[in-house]
This record gives sequence, structure tokens and C-alpha cells, in this order.
Amino acid sequence: MGRRLRAMGQFAYGLVIGDDWGVALGLVAALALTAGVSRTAVPSWWVLPAALLVLLPVSVWRTARRGG
Amino acid sequence: MSAGALFLAVFLACAVEAVEATTIVLAAGTARDWRSAGYGAVAAIAVLGVAVAALGPAVTAIPTGALRLAIGGLLLLFGVRWLRKAVLRAGGITALHDEEEAFAVRLAAARRAASRRVGGVPDWYGFTLSFQGVLLEGTEVVFIVLTFGSNQHAIPLAAAAAGAAVLVVGGAGLAVRAPLARVPENTLKFLVGVMLSGFGTFWAAEGAGARWPGSDAALLVLLPGIAVIGLLLAAGLRRRGRARGGRGTVSGRTAEVG
Repeated sequence: MGRRLRAMGQFAYGLVIGDDWGVALGLVAALALTAGVSRTAVPSWWVLPAALLVLLPVSVWRTARRGG
Repeated sequence: MSAGALFLAVFLACAVEAVEATTIVLAAGTARDWRSAGYGAVAAIAVLGVAVAALGPAVTAIPTGALRLAIGGLLLLFGVRWLRKAVLRAGGITALHDEEEAFAVRLAAARRAASRRVGGVPDWYGFTLSFQGVLLEGTEVVFIVLTFGSNQHAIPLAAAAAGAAVLVVGGAGLAVRAPLARVPENTLKFLVGVMLSGFGTFWAAEGAGARWPGSDAALLVLLPGIAVIGLLLAAGLRRRGRARGGRGTVSGRTAEVG
């Protein structure tokens, strides 16, 4: 039972978070920042695209440097 | 998002998963027993259909703002994972998924297992191999159907697109009785990664309270923008691989995308 639960947890983790948890954490932080900025007069639509623009290349280059 | 765009997005995403599921069912049918493999695939599709039917109404009952935040956030995480994988494969950092190789590996494993009849299933191993393969690959399909469908209040249309992808890909696999190695799987994965990331970014930001300039028209900038970033990254990785004389890159099949 415990093994099955652990396997299900690992499957869910792989499904949503995948190989780089840093990207997932960064996107969640960007989403929180979007919510925060939305409460002010400053436009907040740019936060997620900007996060994507930084997080994806960083993650890809980090993996490439490790050799896959 | 128009009904056509929703259909296309879900169809492409499900086609990628259906190619991998078809390879497993073909291996189970070829090495073991076609009837058992067919039962396994149909049983798994039935379970996935029940999951969509049961979870669909529950998901659509969530208030729109919270739904967009949760669904958009998950879609974004999911899309970036696909896009990252497709870029790394296109850039030659990780190997392209090889359906012929995957088929050969599963075939060899299936031939080693002992045969056992259970109830009306002639070969239990063939049934479970096929059932598990379709169920695992299909979980991502259920997720995509629910996220896209619920956000657009069109779960039946999203489910129809998924069903069409399964019929087309599964039908082609059964017709040729061979793995669908010529499907440009990584290119499809890249396109789907771009779509999931784009729509995920759009919906999640809206759910968090952001207002997009130009409303839905922002997607016309967001989607090509993400595609360009992905293509530039893949091109950069390939150039880096060539400059290093192939060190740190995989050999074998030519990279798709770009």
C-alpha cells in the first residue's frame, strides 16, 4: 500500500513538475507576484511571460551543461 | 479561443500520447495475443472516459477566476515541461524518442513472460501490458481534455478531439501493424508545448488578476513569441554541439524542429 502511494506520488510529481523543480518553483513565484502586482495600479500581465523568458533558457542551458 | 483552435490543440496533444500508447498495444498484440491486447486497450480507454465524465462536471463547477488560476497554472507547468523536453531533444542534448526501438524493447520483454488465462482474457500479461500502457499515456490526455475543456466550457468537444486523435493514430497503427516511427513526434511535442505554455500563461495570469493588453488578441503575440524562444534555444544548442565537435550531444536520429 505504502509502495503504491509512493509510486502514485512520484507519477504525479513527474506529471506536473518533471525534471526541473526550479522551473516549477519559479513559475509559482511568478504567479504569486502577478497576483500581488494586480492589486496595485501597475500592469501585471508581463510578469509570467518575463518569468518564462528567463526560466526556460536557464533550465535548458543548465541541463545542456550537465550533458542531458 | 475558438472551437477549432480548442479541437486542434487537444487533438495534437492527444496524438502525441496516442503514438506512444499504440506502440505498447502493438508490442502486446504482436508478442502475446491480439485479442488480449485489444481488451486491455479498450478497458483503459473506458476507465479514462469515466474519469473525464466524473471529473468534468466537478471541475466546471469551480468559479471562473479560481479555475483559470489553477488550470492555467497547471497547464503552464505541464506545457513548459513538454517544451523543455522538445527543445532538449531538438538541440541534440537528449535522444529523440525512437518508436521502433521502444517497440523492440517491449516486444522482447513481452516474449519472455509466461502465459496465463484469466476469465475471458486469453493472455493476462498481454492484457495488463496494453491496459497499463494506455492508462499511463492516457492520464496526460485526461488532464489536457479537462484543462482545455473546462476553461472553455467545452469538455465534450475536447473529449471528441481526444477520441478523434486516438481513432486516427490507433487506426493507423493497427492498419500497418508496426510502430508509427515516421510521425514527427518531437515536432508535435514542441507545438503542443508552445500551445500549453501559451494558453497556460494567458489563463493563469488572468486568474491571478492580470488584464492582458488587447484581451484575447494577446495570444497572437504570446504563442509565436514562445515558439520563437523555443526555436532559438534549440538552434543555440545545436550550434553549441557542432562547436564542441558533437561532445555533450547525442548521436543517432537527426533532430526534428527548426
